Amino acid sequence: MSDTTENVGATEPRSKIKRVSWQKPAIFCLCLVPLAWLIVWAVAGDLGANPIEAITRYLGDWALRFILIALAVTPIRVLTGWTAVGRFRRMLGLFAFFYLLLHLSSYVGLDQFFYWSGIWQDIVKRIYITLGVAAAVLLALLAATSTDKMVNRLGGKRWRELHRLVYLAAVLGVIHFFMMLKADYTEPTIYAVVLAGLFGVRVYKKWV
Amino acid sequence: MLIRMASKSTPKSSEITPKDAYLNRRKFIASTGLIAGSAALGIRSGPVSAAEELPGVNPALSSIINGYSKLGDDDPLTPYADVTSYNNFYEFGTAKGDPVENAGPFNPKPWEITVDGMCVNPGTLGLEDFLKPHDLEERIYRLRCVEAWSMVVPWVGISLADVVKRFEPNGSAKYVKFETIVRPEEMVGQRSRRILPWPYVEGLRLDEAMNPLAILAVGLYGEELPNQNGAPIRLMTPWKYGFKAIKSIVKITFTNKKPRNTWNVMAANEYGFYANVNPNVDHPRWSQARERRIGDFLRRETLMFNGYEEEVGELYAGMNLRKEY
Repeated sequence: MSDTTENVGATEPRSKIKRVSWQKPAIFCLCLVPLAWLIVWAVAGDLGANPIEAITRYLGDWALRFILIALAVTPIRVLTGWTAVGRFRRMLGLFAFFYLLLHLSSYVGLDQFFYWSGIWQDIVKRIYITLGVAAAVLLALLAATSTDKMVNRLGGKRWRELHRLVYLAAVLGVIHFFMMLKADYTEPTIYAVVLAGLFGVRVYKKWV
Repeated sequence: MLIRMASKSTPKSSEITPKDAYLNRRKFIASTGLIAGSAALGIRSGPVSAAEELPGVNPALSSIINGYSKLGDDDPLTPYADVTSYNNFYEFGTAKGDPVENAGPFNPKPWEITVDGMCVNPGTLGLEDFLKPHDLEERIYRLRCVEAWSMVVPWVGISLADVVKRFEPNGSAKYVKFETIVRPEEMVGQRSRRILPWPYVEGLRLDEAMNPLAILAVGLYGEELPNQNGAPIRLMTPWKYGFKAIKSIVKITFTNKKPRNTWNVMAANEYGFYANVNPNVDHPRWSQARERRIGDFLRRETLMFNGYEEEVGELYAGMNLRKEY
C-alpha cells in the first residue's frame, strides 16, 4: 500500500485536525454497544447454563470483529473515497484491543479464576491458546504505541511498519477461532473470507 | 512459611458457593410455575424421583424404582432448565443452545429399535416392547463432557446389562455398536455432512456394556426424555465422557469388530474409543484435570472415571490408559 493512503491519522496528529464533530463520540458509543448488551444479558440472567463460557466466547467474537472493522478502514477509504473515515481508525483499533483484553480477562479471571499453573500449561501446551495470547500481546504493543507521541518518537515510517503487525494479529485470531472448534467451521470461515477480502483490497491497491 | 493444608473434611470454597446458587435456582424454577402445574393436575402417580416436583414439561414416567441413588452434598442435581437447554447434540446444530431450539419438529413416536449382529434373538421392536421386560430405574449420575464441564442428572432408564442378556450375544461377540437415527428432515444438523458423518456411531466393549452402571435412559427428572436430550432412548455410561452416551438410538449391533465411533473417526488423536473420564490424560486442546460443574463459579477437580473407579476400575486393569484413551 502506498504511503499516502496509509498516512492519514498517523502523520497528522489529531490535535491539528481540531474538527469538532459528533461523529467520533457517536462511534465511540456505538463501539460500547456490544459490551452494554452483554451487561444487560448478564443482569437479566440470560447467559444460559454456562455464563462464563458465554461471556468468554462473546467477548472473543467481538475482539475479532473489531480487528476486522479496524482493518476495514483503509479498504473503505480506497473503495469509496471517503477519506475522513481514517480518523476513526485508531479508536477502532483500540476497541479491538479493549475487547481482546476483556476476552483474555474473562478466560483468566472467570474461566480459570487466576489458576496460574493451569493457565501457563494452557499457553505452552495448547497451540490455539498460544496463538490467542500472542495476538493479545501484539495488540497490546500496538495500543501502547498508538499515541501521537509514540508516532512522533518512532517516526512515521517505523511506526507504520510496526503497526502492520495488526495483520498478523488478525490472522492469529482467525486461526485461534478455527482451532478451538470441534466441527462445523462455517463461522471462522466467514471471518477468514472477510479478512482475505480486506487484504485483497490492499494488495489490489498496491498493484494498480 | 505457613502452609495451609486442606483436610478432607474441610469443605472447599468451591463446594460452598454452588450450593447456595443451586438452592436459589431451584427457588427460581419453582417460582416460574413450570413445576407447579403438573403437581396440581395430579399427573404424578407416585414415581420415586429425586426431583421434588416433576418439571411438568413431558409426560411423566410411572413405576420407577430406585436404582443407584443420591450422590453426596457436593453433587446436587443440576437444574432441569440447564440439563435441557445446554446440550451437545450435533444432529440439531453445534451450539449448546441449538438442540433445545431446533429439536421441536423431531417426533420420537412411534419408535423402533433394531437389534442385530452376533446374537441369538435379533429383531426389530417397537420401543414399548423393547422396554416392557425391564424395570425403569432412577439413576442419579454425574455427566462429564469431554469439553470439561459437567452436570448431575437424575436419569430414568433400564439396565443395559439386562438388555444385552435378553438378546443373548453369542460367543464371538466382543462389542456392542449403537447408531443414532438419521432423519435430516427433522434434524437440521444432519442436512450438512460438514458437521459429522451421519449416522452417529458409538460402541462399548461387551464387558463394559454389562457393567451395572451402564443404562439405556428413557427419561430424566421423572419424565420422558426431552428431544434435545436424546429422546426417546439413549445410552448413559457415567464413567465415560458424554460423547459416548449416544442419543436417539435406532440400532444395536453385537459384533466382534471394535466399532469406529464417530468422534474417533473425526479426530482420532483427540477422541479415543474408550473415552473414560481421566484427569491425568489431557485432551490435546484442553486440560481434563478440572471441570466446571454447570451452576458453579469455580472449577473442581475431575475424578478418575468420573468418581466411579470402584465400580468400573476393574474393566481397565492392566491397560495403558494414556494410549487407550
